[in-house]
Amino acid sequence: MEKKEKRTGEAKLMKGNEAFAEAAIRADIDAYFGYPITPQSEVLEYLEREIPNRHGLVLQAESEVASINMVYGAAGAGARVMTSSSSPGISLMQEGISYIAAAQLPCLIANVVRGGPGLGTIQPSQGDYFQATKGGGHGDYHLIVLAPSSVQEMADFVFDGFRLAEKYRNPVMILSDGALGQMMEKVILPEEGSLPKTTPAWATTGKTKNREHNVITSLFIQPEEMEQVNLRLQEKYKAIQSEVRYEEIQTDDAEILLVAFGLSSRICQKTVDLAREKGIKVGLLRPITLYPYPYARLNELSSQVEFMLTVEMNAGQMVEDVRLAVEGKVPVHFIGRMGGMILSPEDILHKLESVHESHNAVNV
Amino acid sequence: MNEKLYLEDEENLGTQVDESYEQVYCKPGTLTDVPFHYCPGCGHSVVHKVLMEVIAELGIQEETIGVAPVGCSVFAYQYMNIDMQEAAHGRASAVATGVKRVLPDKYVFSYQGDGDLAAIGTAETIHTVNRGENILMLFINNGIYGMTGGQMAPTSLIGQVTSTSPYGREAAQVGNPIKIADMLCLLPGAYYVTRQIVHNPNGVRKLKKALIKAFEYQKQKKGTCFVEVVSNCPSGWKMTPVETIKYIEEKMLPMYPVGDLKVPQN
Ligand SMILES: Cc1ncc(C[n+]2csc(CCOP(=O)(O)OP(=O)(O)O)c2C)c(N)n1
Ligand code: SF4
Ligand SMILES: [Mg+2]
Repeated sequence: MEKKEKRTGEAKLMKGNEAFAEAAIRADIDAYFGYPITPQSEVLEYLEREIPNRHGLVLQAESEVASINMVYGAAGAGARVMTSSSSPGISLMQEGISYIAAAQLPCLIANVVRGGPGLGTIQPSQGDYFQATKGGGHGDYHLIVLAPSSVQEMADFVFDGFRLAEKYRNPVMILSDGALGQMMEKVILPEEGSLPKTTPAWATTGKTKNREHNVITSLFIQPEEMEQVNLRLQEKYKAIQSEVRYEEIQTDDAEILLVAFGLSSRICQKTVDLAREKGIKVGLLRPITLYPYPYARLNELSSQVEFMLTVEMNAGQMVEDVRLAVEGKVPVHFIGRMGGMILSPEDILHKLESVHESHNAVNV
Repeated sequence: MNEKLYLEDEENLGTQVDESYEQVYCKPGTLTDVPFHYCPGCGHSVVHKVLMEVIAELGIQEETIGVAPVGCSVFAYQYMNIDMQEAAHGRASAVATGVKRVLPDKYVFSYQGDGDLAAIGTAETIHTVNRGENILMLFINNGIYGMTGGQMAPTSLIGQVTSTSPYGREAAQVGNPIKIADMLCLLPGAYYVTRQIVHNPNGVRKLKKALIKAFEYQKQKKGTCFVEVVSNCPSGWKMTPVETIKYIEEKMLPMYPVGDLKVPQN
């Protein structure tokens, strides 16, 4: 479980996207490749403004397809590299992400999610949960997925993301949304230069005499070999399970559990307060890593609570993981809105009360 | 045959191997010992060899990073004894951009077929050259999709019979063969654009010269050097290697004439 760490440093008021971009510079990125799309264009704009006077490299590519393949090339050459986009752009990157996962290249990809499907809307959404956590592109692979719920975490997760990406040689996705990207909050930025960097031995930096040539590839044409590569990936994903992170709010005595990530969890915090004022013992579990997912903790909590209510800005995607976690031991309900619409704390409270009542009615 | 003739190191060049043989040739150390998988007579083999000879002769093996395409040369990294990356279909020049941008003092090249470079990767091709990326783009135009079994390519000739143009390519239906090298000349980022061949010794020599120039320009950070090789595909064209030479000369070269298309202006 998360412990809130004490932070020192000057607090600034910043937009989520800008805090994210500033954190990227402070994380000493070698390169950022991106393409404009609302609601995340501030990232590219900020970096284009700042990087020429600081350090690193920023390049506006001709498309998200090009961006992600530039990320592949730079990551393969041993650089600390990232990109960001919003839903339609992330869809366009999926082929490249699959290649990056297969070639085991560390990098950071941020999706500032907007409402879909299709061109959709520029308003915030959590509709890309499946895409982010279950693969997204072709083949058996996983990204490590971090879900910030504040501007502070938009900045912090850049550092956490690179730490994980480089530790596991795996792409990391930061899954936020249009509201987190656009809203302004107080943030204490991570310290510049506090993320150590080494050039990995496998990188294509030029073959030296004392080693074989390095090759970055995702092609393993013999099925026997391809299977071994897959087994190694699956081993890695197993090891990654130890990185699971979540936050619990008032779960100690909770009889009802809300489960929500990102922006939805912020709204749910308010619902917890409203419910408790009314004497209903509600708690909240917020997954911070969406992959790996806190299945075990949710399973534990299923023996404590009467039911769970999953709250999402989509048609019900994470709720499937909550149901998997509790293995039918408690009912798992869902409330959500789609298309860029956001639930109010009262909407959630109302749903919670009506489920609560219906459960009691059955019990009588 | 004396095995040693092939296997001897470069250091032994010009020395007497035994009473009857002096070693006058060997494959460059920039090629691995893995045998090429290419069909007999395929131009890819020759281009690989010439490219690796150039890298050996320039002494830049340790400073060169190559990007392989998806196409018949997908395994180029198994043969080229340099650090390499394998790109997704069409994306080699974007991958090469990523490499070059973070390793600006290394030599970087992409190696792509016509389907890769001039169909699925057209956007990346144009924008890489438009940015004047300091890389070599090596383009193997064999007018067909070799790897997938001989389908029509963007560069296939009018009337050319392929597995997806069984009645011959028709412009009204699928457009004309695309002369992408000519198009790229219009971009200020293109510093040197040339079209070469590898089906005769003179062509091979000229290709070699062109590649040496391209690496020299890259060192001087002049912009993108684009080297097209009009090549063959005996298997895809359903011809013997010898027949492909005639086809290149009679059919391909009138459409894709050999020579420099854009040379440095001083
Ligand atoms: C996204 C994607 N689409 C299609 C393919 C299948 N494919 C592999 S190689 C190829 C064409 C290669 O032709 P070319 O680039 O001309 O290379 P050649 O084999 O002729 O050297 C195609 C269509 C693929 N690998 N990936
Ligand atoms: S299919 Fe064509 S391009 Fe491919 S190796 Fe054979 S001859 Fe060469
Ligand atoms: Mg071809």
